[in-house]
Amino acid sequence: MMTPTTEAELAEAIGAATSPLRIKGGGTRVMPGAGEGLSTRGLSGISLYEPGALTVVAGAGTPLAEVEAALEAEGQMLPFEPGVMRGLLGTHGEPTIGGAVACNASGPRRVQLGACRDFLIGLRFVDGAGRVLKNGGRVMKNVTGYDLVKLLCGSYGTLGVISEVAFKVLPKPETTATLIWRGGTFAEDLQVMTEALCSPFGVTGAARGHDGDVLIRVEGMAGSVAYRSAQLRLLAGRAAARIETDASANDALWRDIRDVTCFAGQPGRIWRTSVKPSDMPAIAALPHRHMVDWGGGLIWTLTEENIDLRAQITAPGHSTLLRGCGAPLFHPEPPPIAALSAGLRAKFDPRGILNPGLMG
Amino acid sequence: MDMPTPKAEIIAKKARVIGLLESVLPKEAVIHHEAELRAYECDALTAYKCPPLAAVLPATTAQVSDVLKICHQEGVPVVPRGAGTSLAGGALPTADCVILGVAKMNEVLETDYPNRIIRVQTGRTNLSVTGAVEEDGFFYAPDPSSQLACAIAGNIAMNSGGAHCLKYGVTTNNLLGVTMVLMDGTVMEIGGAYMDAPGLDLLGVICGSEGQLGVVTEATLRILPKPEGARPVLMGFDDNETAGACVADIIKAGVLPVAIEFMDRPCIRATEAFAQAGYPDCEALLIVEVEGSEAEIDEQLEVILKVAATHNPVELRQSKSADESARIWLGRKSAFGAMGQINDYICLDGTIPVSNLPMVLGRMNEISAQFGLDVANVFHAGDGNLHPLILFDANKPGDLETCEAMGAEILKLCVEAGGCLTGEHGVGVEKRDLMLHQFSPEDLDIQMAVKDVFDPAWLLNPAKVFPLTVSAARRAA
Ligand SMILES: Cc1cc2nc3c(=O)[nH]c(=O)nc-3n(C[C@H](O)[C@H](O)[C@H](O)COP(=O)(O)OP(=O)(O)OC[C@H]3O[C@@H](n4cnc5c(N)ncnc54)[C@H](O)[C@@H]3O)c2cc1C
Ligand SMILES: Cc1cc2nc3c(=O)[nH]c(=O)nc-3n(C[C@H](O)[C@H](O)[C@H](O)COP(=O)(O)OP(=O)(O)OC[C@H]3O[C@@H](n4cnc5c(N)ncnc54)[C@H](O)[C@@H]3O)c2cc1C
Repeated sequence: MMTPTTEAELAEAIGAATSPLRIKGGGTRVMPGAGEGLSTRGLSGISLYEPGALTVVAGAGTPLAEVEAALEAEGQMLPFEPGVMRGLLGTHGEPTIGGAVACNASGPRRVQLGACRDFLIGLRFVDGAGRVLKNGGRVMKNVTGYDLVKLLCGSYGTLGVISEVAFKVLPKPETTATLIWRGGTFAEDLQVMTEALCSPFGVTGAARGHDGDVLIRVEGMAGSVAYRSAQLRLLAGRAAARIETDASANDALWRDIRDVTCFAGQPGRIWRTSVKPSDMPAIAALPHRHMVDWGGGLIWTLTEENIDLRAQITAPGHSTLLRGCGAPLFHPEPPPIAALSAGLRAKFDPRGILNPGLMG
Repeated sequence: MDMPTPKAEIIAKKARVIGLLESVLPKEAVIHHEAELRAYECDALTAYKCPPLAAVLPATTAQVSDVLKICHQEGVPVVPRGAGTSLAGGALPTADCVILGVAKMNEVLETDYPNRIIRVQTGRTNLSVTGAVEEDGFFYAPDPSSQLACAIAGNIAMNSGGAHCLKYGVTTNNLLGVTMVLMDGTVMEIGGAYMDAPGLDLLGVICGSEGQLGVVTEATLRILPKPEGARPVLMGFDDNETAGACVADIIKAGVLPVAIEFMDRPCIRATEAFAQAGYPDCEALLIVEVEGSEAEIDEQLEVILKVAATHNPVELRQSKSADESARIWLGRKSAFGAMGQINDYICLDGTIPVSNLPMVLGRMNEISAQFGLDVANVFHAGDGNLHPLILFDANKPGDLETCEAMGAEILKLCVEAGGCLTGEHGVGVEKRDLMLHQFSPEDLDIQMAVKDVFDPAWLLNPAKVFPLTVSAARRAA
């Protein structure tokens, strides 16, 4: 395992490589495939944090927890709520901020505030030819040249090894409340989530746990949270069974959704399906176990090892195989899109040495 | 500003190209008479003009595909056009190009409230997207000041922002999918009514690519439920530094306003003379707006006003009615018009880290003195997106050139301060030749490599974004 400690060393390592490299952040997601390990853990540390400008810049190998702790100390947060999947995936290691970017890791708040890619404002990376490159910057609004920040976010290490990332952060809400409904059918529960998200009350989480409970989250200043909780109490003709207002209980509730803890330690394949929310009930009717987030737009499914969930879904959208093997990790793309993606990989990684084969 | 020499062989076959275009489009959709082409000779960067070879106004994605196939096969460059409000010269033609306008494609294709999306043809104007859903309590969040005129097509190509993007983000954060036609005529669907990409985030790089990767004909946009209400406060300060510090402190206090707008004295005076909004005559003015129910607004404003009070404002004006709110916004909304009344101006668009605001405003005054032209500032302070307006006299020989040179100095200053050349207007031709101040040649090379993949022949809007010397080899190939 190579562990460069500077960007220059990273560039040298990639430039000198003659065979495939497996890029590793915290190693919470062990990716299939052979190749020499290249760890980003040496590229660690927060280099700039300006709470008054809502910006933080850190080395890609910085532990996610370190970034979150620094923000917490100033009453701020990474708005996209990246998860920690080691429990679900049965791995060890400490997730890194660069790994979260490489996977565009985004939790429940995505439905309202946006994904990792929406808050990532700049990055530096080394491409497959060993060139040190940058895109974006450290300011919130930037349309100077093409937005490669978005392209690199969620490229799983196939376009370049990210060395540094810059984010827009947000104030951490002072109060949180979660309204909880006892589960009905998936269609009824979708209706609750939809009405909540179509309300003007700034819902920042709309999920259906594996136990069937529907969770609707509001966050903000105390008076506002109390007001909005009261307004949201009755949805789709059903009253919330209770409202959770305790801070640590709320943290736990949403951590379970974010990290999909309900499927941790359960054998089988885990799929992550992204669809139009109204298509959720048809998918959740498939005879597997499901957990729903993003108001119906994200479905986590636990199937038996031999099941190809993709073959059972007809709705537009896509499924990623998060755990399990024997099927492609990523949803096959239509030919013209696959051709563009392959073309881009060939430009960014002309020798095909960065996580080759991972995305196609 | 240079543009590539138009290719004589293309101009020579104008009749042939028009004949081919007329074979796939109704006659009235192919414009080629000199007088009619004048409508397409520039966008809102009117300092530069050039009539195109022809302009076409297709009505369907299939027609767009047919047009592009013809131009691809004939080697004719294509410049896509929405409403032509670009301030960067993004839609500026060359004499050998075909302008492909999507203005006729302005239908709403689908509104879906439960899924909170709308699908439109991209010729539709920004404001009329909100117009289509407003009665049902929804809105489309990105709100460029040009929203009455500009089209979703241009918004996507420029990744446009607006006054409310501190809270709601810019176009890219509200775009879920597109139908796009590649230069060779291939029609593709990218993204859709779901929230993330299956593979590489192609949508992310298409948004903001200034019409260089494909022609976007349809878009799936996120719509949001309208907030219950909104209310601004107006604050006046004795100097820019204090106003800048106040912005940072408001943000640090944990409330996130939907907008924080800043105006400096030259701008305040000009708008007062023009719109009589009743602004205080002070050095710097902030308009801070928050949203929610009445009680929620009060709760947030209490925090904001407490922060403001620690910065000794010369004026703190709370709105008590819709009328008063409108008056507070009146001056800000008329700022561009007001400046236009008293002077010719160019509007810059650099972004800086908010923390460097006082330093940058100070340096800008020095640059202004050095070049002998006045500069007025009105901008989105919450996100550091500056809009310095440099005032000049278009009738005075040399003034435009001085103004442009001064603009370049200010933009370089933004980059030095940790920011960028453009926060929302795009590079176009206007900032094209400054790109090497922000990027290394390799940084630009990898961007151009993306264009190589989407448009290998470099026929789509080829003379924009990248300095001509830097893109020369690719354009020639
Ligand atoms: C298929 C998939 C789906 C996921 N879905 C979700 C989700 O829905 N919600 C959520 O919260 N999280 C999700 N995650 C992310 C996960 O929770 C971790 O945040 C993430 O894996 C980062 O952890 P890590 O540092 O341990 O990275 P690793 O496990 O070490 O690496 C993960 C991937 O990122 C690449 N990578 C890591 N660092 C870099 C870098 N600096 N430059 C380039 N490539 C790099 C690796 O090559 C590997 O492909 C997903 C991850 C994967 C792989
Ligand atoms: C008074 C005024 C105020 C403004 N305020 C703001 C503001 O607040 N925020 C802001 O961000 N901008 C602002 N602008 C700039 C401008 O309105 C935006 O850039 C807008 O998005 C341009 O849209 P358009 O439809 O007019 O595009 P056009 O000017 O027609 O074209 C702009 C670019 O988009 C490309 N393009 C057009 N159609 C397509 C298509 N179908 N497919 C691919 N590419 C295409 C063109 O080639 C060109 O590069 C302002 C402009 C004016 C004149």
